[in-house]
Amino acid sequence: MMTFISLLARNRLAIVGLFVMVFVVVLSLLTPFLNLADPDITNTADRFVKPFSSDAILGTDHLGRDLLSRLLWGTRLSIAVGFAAALISAVVGAVIGILAGYYGGNTDNILMRGIDMLMAFPYILLALAIVAALGPGLMNALIAVAVVNIPFFARNIRGVTVGIVHREFVDAARLSGMTDARIMMSEVLPNVVPVIVIAMSTTVGWMILETAGLSFLGLGSQPPRADLGSMLGEARAALITNPHTSIIPGIMILIIVVAINLLGDGIRDTLDPRLKSGALTRPMPKTKVLASDKNKVQRDRSLLQMNGLNTEFQLKDRIYHAVRDVDLSIRKGECVGLIGESGSGKSVTALSITGLVASPPGVIAGGSVYFEEIDLVRAPYKTLRELRGNRIAYIFQDPLSTLHPLYTVGHQLIEAIRVHQSISLETAKSRALSLLKNVQIPNAEERLNAYPHELSGGMRQRVSIAMALVNDPELIIADEPTTALDVTVQSQILNLLDSLRRERGLAILFITHDFGVVSQLCDRVAVMYAGQIVEQGPTETILKSPSHPYTSRLIACVPKLGRGQGSLETIPGLPPSLDKIPRGCAFANRCAIAVEACRSTDIKMTETTNRTHVRCIADSFEKQEIMQ
Amino acid sequence: MTGYIFKRLISAIPVLLGISVIVFLIMAMIPGDPATAILGSYATPENVEKLNRDLGLDKPLVQRYFIWLGNMLQGDFGRSFALNRDVLDEVFERFSATLVLAGTSFIFCAFFGILAGVISASRQYSIVDKAITSAVLVGISIPSFFLGMMLILIFSVQLRWFPVSGMWPIYGARDLSALLSHLAMPAFALAVVATGVIARLSRSAMLEVLRQDFIRTARAKGVPERSVVWRHALRAAMVSIIPVLGIQAGFVLSGAVYIEMVFQWPGIGRMLVDAILKRDILLVQGGVVFVAACYVLFNIVVDIAQSILDPRIKT
Repeated sequence: MMTFISLLARNRLAIVGLFVMVFVVVLSLLTPFLNLADPDITNTADRFVKPFSSDAILGTDHLGRDLLSRLLWGTRLSIAVGFAAALISAVVGAVIGILAGYYGGNTDNILMRGIDMLMAFPYILLALAIVAALGPGLMNALIAVAVVNIPFFARNIRGVTVGIVHREFVDAARLSGMTDARIMMSEVLPNVVPVIVIAMSTTVGWMILETAGLSFLGLGSQPPRADLGSMLGEARAALITNPHTSIIPGIMILIIVVAINLLGDGIRDTLDPRLKSGALTRPMPKTKVLASDKNKVQRDRSLLQMNGLNTEFQLKDRIYHAVRDVDLSIRKGECVGLIGESGSGKSVTALSITGLVASPPGVIAGGSVYFEEIDLVRAPYKTLRELRGNRIAYIFQDPLSTLHPLYTVGHQLIEAIRVHQSISLETAKSRALSLLKNVQIPNAEERLNAYPHELSGGMRQRVSIAMALVNDPELIIADEPTTALDVTVQSQILNLLDSLRRERGLAILFITHDFGVVSQLCDRVAVMYAGQIVEQGPTETILKSPSHPYTSRLIACVPKLGRGQGSLETIPGLPPSLDKIPRGCAFANRCAIAVEACRSTDIKMTETTNRTHVRCIADSFEKQEIMQ
Repeated sequence: MTGYIFKRLISAIPVLLGISVIVFLIMAMIPGDPATAILGSYATPENVEKLNRDLGLDKPLVQRYFIWLGNMLQGDFGRSFALNRDVLDEVFERFSATLVLAGTSFIFCAFFGILAGVISASRQYSIVDKAITSAVLVGISIPSFFLGMMLILIFSVQLRWFPVSGMWPIYGARDLSALLSHLAMPAFALAVVATGVIARLSRSAMLEVLRQDFIRTARAKGVPERSVVWRHALRAAMVSIIPVLGIQAGFVLSGAVYIEMVFQWPGIGRMLVDAILKRDILLVQGGVVFVAACYVLFNIVVDIAQSILDPRIKT
């Protein structure tokens, strides 16, 4: 409860709404004790007195009644009726929702079909029918508005209840012999209260508007008593001659409802975890880049050269260093593997290359990424866009979520071609078709018109490979393209990539967590841990004689055919949290050979006798011994 | 597709029956007997009894429901005693006026609501976004009848741009420009709330979609940002926007009641309010059932649109 209040207090607009609401509510509670003129005493001699012109501060209405007094009494009535209606529909809706959700089956069916029926009406028709039956009057308007809103509560609360009834604590209560009624009261109800509060806070404003509306139509509060709606309704006749009688109650409704909505939005944002802490931020078209060092980089002859790349995620009060000082080069036609556990920063490295890291919260905090002569980190969006999918193409992990679900495969392929080449639809289509055949998709013609969900996982991945190839890129960045696939399909896809690479002289950056895959495909490999590259060099050398203790543990994790069960290695401990990376070697705490110096100094990349590069200071002789 | 449409139409039958039962039961709750209401409290007992017999009110409830239902199915909605006119004729005439008003409003709010939502989402936290979000907050909080009255004050009384009320000029040609000038203010006042709601939901639907992996794929393909937002993202967001449009159509239809009162629009909302105040039960009953049925059919159209838009829905 305290955290709820403190979270709500952070939302400035909600606080404004709260203050206005408190003010209005206190004012309407105090109304009977204020020294106001009687709201119902008519004085036809003083009709339509303008505001601020006499004793009556807000003037008088068409019967000479004091408007300030009527306004306050009307506000009191409107708020009371609105809240009462909200309360009634919340209670009835909660009862229906909990019963339907708790018992399920026929009870659920009958109750919810009834609710569906009520929802089939445009709400006012139902309200009008009820008022027609019961007769005009404030109480009847209240009932009508409450009934009309029951379905909303019932459906929301049923949804939550259904989610709760099969949870362990409800089962436990049932096993302990509690009656259904007690379970509903003591186990279910407390868990649906937040939903009720959210639903109420978002509908109270509506209820006030709706009851005011019915009164405005003359179907709610009857003269001489007036709520804000009927004040407006009565004033309508004199709208043109004496607009102040309409404007005053109208503004009051507006203020109340704006305040309630501000407060309601605040409550919803605070209680609904999905909306917490700005989870709903959209990523920008290009990752934000912090102005950084302009150190001239020594260019080697590679196609892609990353130098000192730093990418971090800036959340409210924490910074997660996902990629730290990464140096990595890829030559033309070369396949480089980037390997590490999940969360080691390999995907973020891959996405940083063309600025695809979701931003906010992602930020490229330093370093450079040269693609031929272009520094992609400092390149404007336009340059990046022209390179993306054209000279640098991506293949992502799970094609079910990475392909657009509502466009056909053909549409997506043709689009990929036509954003970079101005060719006719027909040419693009035949090119898309030949590519689908190229990646060995059977019945390619038919598949062009298929939606992603209609294809198997392997077929979908072939489609995204075809999509990466459409513009003959020089570099393909494949981010775990086989992880979501089963083993046989995986090896087919790998063979396909390998043969495509040889045919077309593609450079590939292959991201994976699987050394088996690396050994099959990659010329060189870089091992990432906690955002850093800890070792890199030719694949064979590293597989045969790894220099970093982490690499050797990782290689040991690959299950080998023919070895018995139980010999599968795991690495004890967890990688450090990326917002609290310790000084020195990030692996030190999980490392069997770590010495004091590992934790106190920054570890530099050094070249080994094997011509690989490693970030480890442990004595290599000692290391060899322990690692065997 | 035809199969799906047929299936949806069949599934509407129980809903329509349910609606008729609900309306009938609500009307049966009326305290006292309608005959007295019609004839007034000075009617002789004989006259009341005769009228009750004529209206079939002496029969049991269930039987009365089926007689009423059977008559409606044959197009006989009864006769309005206050207007002395066939209910269906009156409902038809009034509902077409409402359709002009609500239809215009609905097109307006669907178009501008989605537009505002998409712009707002694609420039999240910018000045434009903040302006739209604030305007939306006021828009969904303002009572439409109050807004309508203020529009009259400003644009009819002060600026004299639009006529104060009605659907047609009292004198002069009943042509399109006359209709449009009468329609502008009520249609706008009616659209404001729904536009706000649609803008809000479109914004959050877009924000939800823009974070999806397939948007990153589109960007990785080099698709220009404008088309990422307006094609890739909006297409996917429409899947959650369309049902909201269906619900909002109901709200526009409902709001029309207030707007018709403010602008003296000769629509079905005003007819219903008048009928309620005059206790013209058959007219209320007929009007409510008719409009609710239209709304159910409209929602089927929405469902069909949805299934065309989203190939993942089994048709």
